[in-house]
Amino acid sequence: MSHFKKKQASTSQEIPTTSMPDIIFILLIFFMVVTVLREVELLVRQDLTRAENIERIEEKRLVSYIYVGPLILPGGQYGDTRIQVDDALVDPNDLTAIQNVMRQRRTDEPRLIVSLRVDYESEMGIVSDIKQQLRFADALRINYSTRRAEGAVEM
Amino acid sequence: MFKKKRGREGAEIPSSSLADIAFLLLVFFLVVTTIDVDTGIGLVLPPPPDPEQPPPEVRERNMLKILMNAQGGILINEERANLRDVQERVIRFVTNRGVDPNLSDSPQQAVVSIKTDRQTEYERYIEMLDEVRGAYRIIWDQEARSRGFRDYAHYRTVEGEPNPVRREFPMNISLAEPDPGS
Repeated sequence: MSHFKKKQASTSQEIPTTSMPDIIFILLIFFMVVTVLREVELLVRQDLTRAENIERIEEKRLVSYIYVGPLILPGGQYGDTRIQVDDALVDPNDLTAIQNVMRQRRTDEPRLIVSLRVDYESEMGIVSDIKQQLRFADALRINYSTRRAEGAVEM
Repeated sequence: MFKKKRGREGAEIPSSSLADIAFLLLVFFLVVTTIDVDTGIGLVLPPPPDPEQPPPEVRERNMLKILMNAQGGILINEERANLRDVQERVIRFVTNRGVDPNLSDSPQQAVVSIKTDRQTEYERYIEMLDEVRGAYRIIWDQEARSRGFRDYAHYRTVEGEPNPVRREFPMNISLAEPDPGS
């Protein structure tokens, strides 16, 4: 009886690992570039509504956010509906601050999109007031921010 | 003179831990990264009203008036309606092409007007807007199918040319200023 000789590949069985740090570095740089750390601290609740027929905003740099929702109070309580732009709350009796801020941004970036992130419990009155301010600021491209509902399609 | 005590050690920085350091950083960025794109309903506001120039006249039949009150009740052209009916009513209204004398002359002239009270909940309003947009989506899907595509999402136009489906059925939604309400 003759034995079959175990065939052994003549090539090395080890995976070369010298390039691993380079690969990791490339991944690292990718994630460093795409990471957007949260720029603002939310002072109002953001429980967005869902919608089915939505659009996606690809160009994030064009977007400015206006946050609307009940004021977060200490102890898990919620106050009146307030408007937040960047890190500050807007005085509810003087919404022209929105107009001034957005006009400036519109001058800097003519393709500005203002995204309204409105909590579902807000009333239309406040949303309409903001829209009026935006019209006067000539920031006409807006977006009602919604989450995607079950079976949502992009238009 | 002091004598040098030891021979110089290797002047290289040990690089064996480089991969570990890079890994840690990578894991950190993996965890913090949120690649979320903002989704929502995009629209373009009309420019501020010009007191010299009155708003354009729209014929009664070319305007589908949707009213929502603070309680979420819906009126379509002064008739009570349900949210479920909205889509069908909008489709009938837009694609009428002058057949029914109470509905629009042509899709280009058709305007859907949505008006709310100041007290109407934002959620109800977005639901309504979503329904109307859904109606347009169905119309666009149909039109894309009649042009030999599977649906509107698969519809492709020549780069830089206006989209014929959207030109044929422009989404004219007019968002009126809300009534002060009670």
